[in-house]
Amino acid sequence: MVEKLEAEEKAYTLYHPRWFRPRVSTYWWLGRWPYLKFILRELSSIFVAWTVVLMLLAIASVERGPQAWAHFLAFMRNPLMVAINVIGFLFVVFHTVTWFNLTPHAMVVRVRGKRVPGLMLSGPNYVLWIAISAVVAWLLMR
Amino acid sequence: MPRRMSSEGFFWTLFSAGGVVAALLIPVHLFLFGLAFPLGWIDPPSHAKIAGLIAHPLTRLYLFVLCSLPLFHWAHRFRYTLYDGLQIKHLNEVIFFLCYGGAIAGTAIAAYLLWNIG
Amino acid sequence: MAETVVLQITRYSPERDAEPQFESFEVPFHKEWVVLDALNYIKDRIDGSLSYRWSCRMGICGSCGMMVNGEPKLTCATFLSSYAAKRKPIVVEPLRYFPVIRDLVTEMTDFMVKLRKVKPWLIRKEPPPAQGEFLQTPEQLDVYKQFSMCINCTLCYAACPVYGLDPVFVGPAAIALAQRYNLDSRDQGADDRLSILAHPEGVWGCTFVGECTRVCPKHVDPAGAIQQYKLVTALEWFKSYLWPRGTGKNSEASGAD
Repeated sequence: MVEKLEAEEKAYTLYHPRWFRPRVSTYWWLGRWPYLKFILRELSSIFVAWTVVLMLLAIASVERGPQAWAHFLAFMRNPLMVAINVIGFLFVVFHTVTWFNLTPHAMVVRVRGKRVPGLMLSGPNYVLWIAISAVVAWLLMR
Repeated sequence: MPRRMSSEGFFWTLFSAGGVVAALLIPVHLFLFGLAFPLGWIDPPSHAKIAGLIAHPLTRLYLFVLCSLPLFHWAHRFRYTLYDGLQIKHLNEVIFFLCYGGAIAGTAIAAYLLWNIG
Repeated sequence: MAETVVLQITRYSPERDAEPQFESFEVPFHKEWVVLDALNYIKDRIDGSLSYRWSCRMGICGSCGMMVNGEPKLTCATFLSSYAAKRKPIVVEPLRYFPVIRDLVTEMTDFMVKLRKVKPWLIRKEPPPAQGEFLQTPEQLDVYKQFSMCINCTLCYAACPVYGLDPVFVGPAAIALAQRYNLDSRDQGADDRLSILAHPEGVWGCTFVGECTRVCPKHVDPAGAIQQYKLVTALEWFKSYLWPRGTGKNSEASGAD
């Protein structure tokens, strides 16, 4: 057993100095705006799941008949539901925008040896998104 | 020394597929069924019309994909948010089963609802 | 009267302090000075005990990484004039998420160990060409060139919250460098690196925060490298179940054996 002097015990462990190791706070994501943006992006997945629940409720109500369908629509008129859905809509659009903007990083496409610029990968995604949304809306409105 | 490859690859693939479906389809559905139809910004379809749409097998397939893949996207993302945001990685197994269990439950409900039509 | 700027610098001496303190220094302001110039001025004229790493002073050695106003930066590439307008002290701290040995000097062994673990060198299964060198077209070079620009400055580790929360995570630079070699046409070691990185503390710990790419002084885009690697790893996982005995080529270390 090596004998340790008092001063050594405070400052030096055996053979090297005492490092300072700060612990990362639970609120690390509040510290910087890019981190907060990241957490908001991740939390958007909750509203994605909420939309699925909403669709399942809609499908179930349609199956039960015209009164259930009307009741579903009335339930969604509730101010709390409206608030949740407005906030949810902002979040799911945020998901879409961040997803399409990150796609060019994850998928590198090369044409004739040259890398396709990011905008040419995310651009078509946006166009597809608008087109599909328009088709869905048209099918339900027709 | 090679170790057995972790199955995270599988869950990440589900997450990515769910993310694409969610990015393309979820906003318009939340807008229509959560805001536009209930609040009358757009006339909601009559029950007969929407029931007719749902009865079609292609619609049911579409709705099944819409109601299952995004749930797996949520499960994977939420799992990691809990790990990193709340630093509760030691509750790994619990979180894993709650997240993917929820996604599987939602998928099962969707399958049940869509199978029973007509 | 000459203009001055104030730097608030972390001081930590293990013999003296239980935890780091800030110390303020007033430094003359020159339009062309970078933060490193200010640190050198302090060490030369005010307090010679200030400890920090630096070398090339031109953004290629990767030694002088520190937190400047909360952002990981190369101090030799960060101008005082960017901050002078605010008239507030410039806060200089050691790189985040690494243990601090003294003042602004961090303990980087963890990164070195991880770098070595991903085998950042050309791995050959076949012998090299008998005469001359490997031939590589400009297109083949272009595939991995961006990832080869890494100067190991570890600013990306200081930006990565996953690394901060879970130091077991291999980290952005190591994975980007692994991908640099995987994509190199001369390399045949993709399987060896896969068996090291295809795990929760390897590539799967990353949640694509993207901060690493934002702070990289050499525009390496480690986040992109990691996502690309995830796709490769996921495909390998599927392959290991569909073709358990390997596809015949480069299949030494596929997982299901």
